[in-house]
Amino acid sequence: MSIMLENVSRSFDGRQVLKNVNMTLPDKGAVCFFGPSGCGKTTLLRLICGLDKPDEGKIILPQGTRFACHFQEDRLLPWYTAEENLRLAGEGIDPRVWLEKVLLPEAGKLYPNELSGGMRRRVSLARALAYQSDVLVLDEPVRELDEATAEKMLELIAQSVGDRLLILVTHDRSQAEKLGCRVIEFPLGGEMA
Amino acid sequence: MNAKVKRALRKAFPLIFWLLVWAACYRAVGQDLLLASPLQVARRFAFMAEAPFWRCVGMSLWRTAAAYMLGMIIACALAVACHLSKLLDEVISPALLVVRATPVASFIILALVWLSSSNVPILAGVLMVVPVVFANVREGITSTDPQLLEMAKLFGWSRLKTWRRVVIPTVLPTFVAACQACVGLCFKATIAAEVIGVPKNAIGTQLYTSKIYLETDNLLAWTLVVIILSLVIERLLKAAFERGLRRVHHA
Repeated sequence: MSIMLENVSRSFDGRQVLKNVNMTLPDKGAVCFFGPSGCGKTTLLRLICGLDKPDEGKIILPQGTRFACHFQEDRLLPWYTAEENLRLAGEGIDPRVWLEKVLLPEAGKLYPNELSGGMRRRVSLARALAYQSDVLVLDEPVRELDEATAEKMLELIAQSVGDRLLILVTHDRSQAEKLGCRVIEFPLGGEMA
Repeated sequence: MNAKVKRALRKAFPLIFWLLVWAACYRAVGQDLLLASPLQVARRFAFMAEAPFWRCVGMSLWRTAAAYMLGMIIACALAVACHLSKLLDEVISPALLVVRATPVASFIILALVWLSSSNVPILAGVLMVVPVVFANVREGITSTDPQLLEMAKLFGWSRLKTWRRVVIPTVLPTFVAACQACVGLCFKATIAAEVIGVPKNAIGTQLYTSKIYLETDNLLAWTLVVIILSLVIERLLKAAFERGLRRVHHA
């Protein structure tokens, strides 16, 4: 079953970020929210994940939809090591395997404050990819990464999506193309389906 | 003179300096009733060999420990409850501000009407601990990173799991800071309540009787016992808390 948005509006301090958005997202495959900064991509993402509520309209989700999210911030628990942060994604996950996949085989015992910004983002990405979910939400997943590493991370994302719906947020159209995403251009206007 | 002796002398210098000031003051005053000499006070320390001394110290420490633990439990429970209920917060927070601003002696005198003189020091200690620990724990809870709470929500963690993994580790540093700040206050408030309530087997009672019988040397010796105990407790707890905090927070 797909995700449906009906006349969704959201504003912050009188500034309308989203206005009467109508959209249907498939239950699997890949879509990309593409557009310049400040046009409401992350806001829409947060509404879909249930982290924020629309001022008007409604979002219809299949019962018990689980979201695996990788935001622009790493959101790692500072008091857990990289391995421990990865284990938060669920029992039965082998953190070492995932750390190898994100090219950080030696980082398992390190704490977030001992990792660089790019390394933290890769641990956070691994955690989102490892979490068993229905929707995989990635907000600029390869930001702050060098070109070669970014390329490898995009390959890993493509391999890990599986049967899930991937929602990618990016400024870079080539990333959407590499992941075979249907591109939804922001700012939004009219009905999307 | 080698470096070790020099360092030891340097460390001992402030103590020697103040002992000399004390001795000079004693000479200047010239009345044992008003100010005892360092030597007279040192002689009084012979009471350490007697069982009543250790009974007084033990009971005062027990009252302090009881007040400290009870105060921490009450403060943490209230802070969590106030975080969960805005109405309760509106009732409790101003009341604790009043408790913080009220002189502890007022509570002690009032509590002597209701409680036994042995239990009033515990209440006095609790009243010292609760407002400080409450304020710090409350601040710690509200400063929890909302992004981490969102992550917990997305992972579908229960409230208990979210508190164990996110909120409690966030609160720990402010909680530990409050605990460290309170221990000395709690000990001194307990002793002050003992001075007013005069319970059996208490350092405060010894201070009070020394004053009644004008035994200045005894009064100063017991005061020194309070200072030494306070320093030892603060040091021990500080080390224990820091070790615990390092284990949880690593950094």
